[in-house]
Amino acid sequence: MLTLVRQSLVVTLLLAAVLCGAYPVLVTGAAQALLPHKANGSPVLVDGRVAGSELIGQNFTGAGYFHGRPSAAGDGGYDASASGGSNLGPTSRALADRMRTDVAALRAENPDWTAPLPADMVTASASGLDPHVSPQGVAMQVARVAAARGLPVNTVAALVDAHVEGPELGLLGEPRVNVLRLNLALDALAGGRAEGN
Amino acid sequence: MTPRDYLQLALFLGILAAVSPPLGRYIHHVLEGGRTWLHPLLGPVERLIYTAGGVDPDRDHPWQRYAACLLGFTLAGFCLTFGVLLFQDVLPLNPQHFPAPSWDLALNTAVSFVTNTNWQAYGGETAMSHLSQMVALTYQNFVSAAVGMAACMAVARGIARAEAQGIGNFWTDLVRATLYVLLPLCVPGALLLVGQGMVQTFAASFAAVTPEGAIQTIAVGPVASQVIIKMLGTNGGGFFNANAAHPFENPTAVADFIQMLAIFLLPGSLVFTLGAAVRRPRHAWTVWGVMAAVFLAGALLTAHFEYRGTPAMAQAVAATSGSPSASAPAPAAASVPAPIPAPVPNMEGKEVRFGVFASSLFATVTTDASCGAVNAMHDSLTPLGGLVTLLNMQLGEIIFGGVGSGLYGMVLFVILTVFLAGLMVGRTPDYLGKRIEGREVTLAVAALLLPALPLLGFTALAAVGWGPTALGNAGAHGFSELLYAYTSSAQNNGSAFAGLAANSPVFNLTTAAAMLIGRFGVMLPMLAVAGSLAARRPRPVTDASFPVEGATFALLLTSVILIVGALTYLPALSLGPIVEHLQMLEGRLY
Repeated sequence: MLTLVRQSLVVTLLLAAVLCGAYPVLVTGAAQALLPHKANGSPVLVDGRVAGSELIGQNFTGAGYFHGRPSAAGDGGYDASASGGSNLGPTSRALADRMRTDVAALRAENPDWTAPLPADMVTASASGLDPHVSPQGVAMQVARVAAARGLPVNTVAALVDAHVEGPELGLLGEPRVNVLRLNLALDALAGGRAEGN
Repeated sequence: MTPRDYLQLALFLGILAAVSPPLGRYIHHVLEGGRTWLHPLLGPVERLIYTAGGVDPDRDHPWQRYAACLLGFTLAGFCLTFGVLLFQDVLPLNPQHFPAPSWDLALNTAVSFVTNTNWQAYGGETAMSHLSQMVALTYQNFVSAAVGMAACMAVARGIARAEAQGIGNFWTDLVRATLYVLLPLCVPGALLLVGQGMVQTFAASFAAVTPEGAIQTIAVGPVASQVIIKMLGTNGGGFFNANAAHPFENPTAVADFIQMLAIFLLPGSLVFTLGAAVRRPRHAWTVWGVMAAVFLAGALLTAHFEYRGTPAMAQAVAATSGSPSASAPAPAAASVPAPIPAPVPNMEGKEVRFGVFASSLFATVTTDASCGAVNAMHDSLTPLGGLVTLLNMQLGEIIFGGVGSGLYGMVLFVILTVFLAGLMVGRTPDYLGKRIEGREVTLAVAALLLPALPLLGFTALAAVGWGPTALGNAGAHGFSELLYAYTSSAQNNGSAFAGLAANSPVFNLTTAAAMLIGRFGVMLPMLAVAGSLAARRPRPVTDASFPVEGATFALLLTSVILIVGALTYLPALSLGPIVEHLQMLEGRLY
């Protein structure tokens, strides 16, 4: 019995030293040395200031910016310190109501788009921090963004096309557009921040 | 499903089929004391642990001693995790100054990580300090998987050995599995994931000023080192609340694919460890094939239902004829005259970079293996997509299953199949030359029934007792949330229909009890089976023996798994997802 207690305690402590001490320190050291940008959250710099992370979605609301998906992270959405989904099920009245509100808002903001809405634009992502929308989800906003910025629709559409990413390795995942990168490219195009938003 | 989806699925299974046999043989080699190129580096660490702990690595233990060491080690690990969590507020490495969790949450979390379940009644980035994540949780991610591997190897020895007293040495199995299998996979694996964009830093968060002028606080942490073992160890506990849906915990579709492979890698390889131990690779391939077939069926079904989405979504996004259609769909769908809109994929609770297929595939993988990580919110799956995830767990977490626990759980079904086949043809059943007698069948049936008791019992009690106030969804879906919670805990999965508010003393204590019964109620009987099989004198395998390889056996084994699972759980499933599916088609909302 005493042998068993000693074995259990000593093996636990020594394994903990390897697995909780050496292992994370080794991995963190290597990651910080080899891949510092990614290991620190892929921050995006604009004029030397951190404007976000290219992996984390933001709650864009102005008419001159492309908007992301509905978000259930935190109270206002896109809270990058409280991730999560809506967890509403297929027969949820709350979900049906939310979708109806979102559809009405999307239709009102983008009156030129009469085709069916892309599914991702009326559904909340799993993380609440989805940095992407589908190419369709961006296409439906082109007319609005162009009008708000006083840019030709073709210019904005061309910028959007340049930001569509295909499946990785041609196989994995889905076509998508990174909303933050697209919006920053818009700002760069217009030679400054969008005004009046 | 698109051709690309099928290609992805084929690639997934192809890689596993190519990698699992050699890795399985490697695991057998190192657990039996073989040398590797890692020994010059890690051999001193291994020997130091034995010397300091007073372990004689050459001692072979009977199953009772093996089980006692396993339980002693588990108890010590539980105390470490429980203690770190309880005193998180005064311990170092707590940059966000999180308070300590309540005692029942700390207890639940400690049991959860010790039993390889990783049920989480808290949100990682809003409740756990870096020390808790690294010491309390990551430590258990490693050793609970190593304990599973050890128990699995002990069962394999029991089958392979002849007239032997012992089934191995728990300490050497544990230490070797950790040092020579898990660690060497985790270090390069973590860096591979960082290369995809996963964060790995001791900082807690950074602030950003968005283009619109808002301040966004972005939580980071030592994520990659925890995520790789969470997947390889089929643990599943996320660093962040959104788990593998969080962009820092699963940045790209490539990272997603790597993580899915990591989940099935060790459970699949251990099948070939058994094959190496009993020197019957064809038997291993047959078992692996059964696992792959049931997995494939589940993946195709889930993807099918998720692509079909829900009628409510299809109606919501339908095209307008110019004016915004604000007309609400009436509660009774029959009164809506519009033609049925084209199906819309169910993107609620899914990420765009993964889309419907990779999310469905992940949901199947994580519930087949007892992983429990999620890259999509299972609570928002379609009713029948959710049913597949529930059934995957209820089959006993043996479709690849947990690390180690998946295989010894599968051996349980193999014994049952051999026994039933023996009854059908009126012959004494034997498994690889070992007679299967009353004792083994009794133990196997006990291991089969024990997890079902808390699973169904607590679900029923919760449904009429403490459950309804905690639900995130009403109607049949609410019942599914309870069923999912106790299925996930009793089968040591750990994923959730996360709408359920599960952090209350009654949920924390009942799910903890379910997790303990689900873990040790299967593991201990199977070690006992291993003990009695090891002592038995083998009979030569002849033409008259019942073959445990080939199509006939595969078909029998699959049938036994499905029939036992269906008989036990179909009534409960009809009350949840099946009723909900019918209600959804009727257009009812709750």
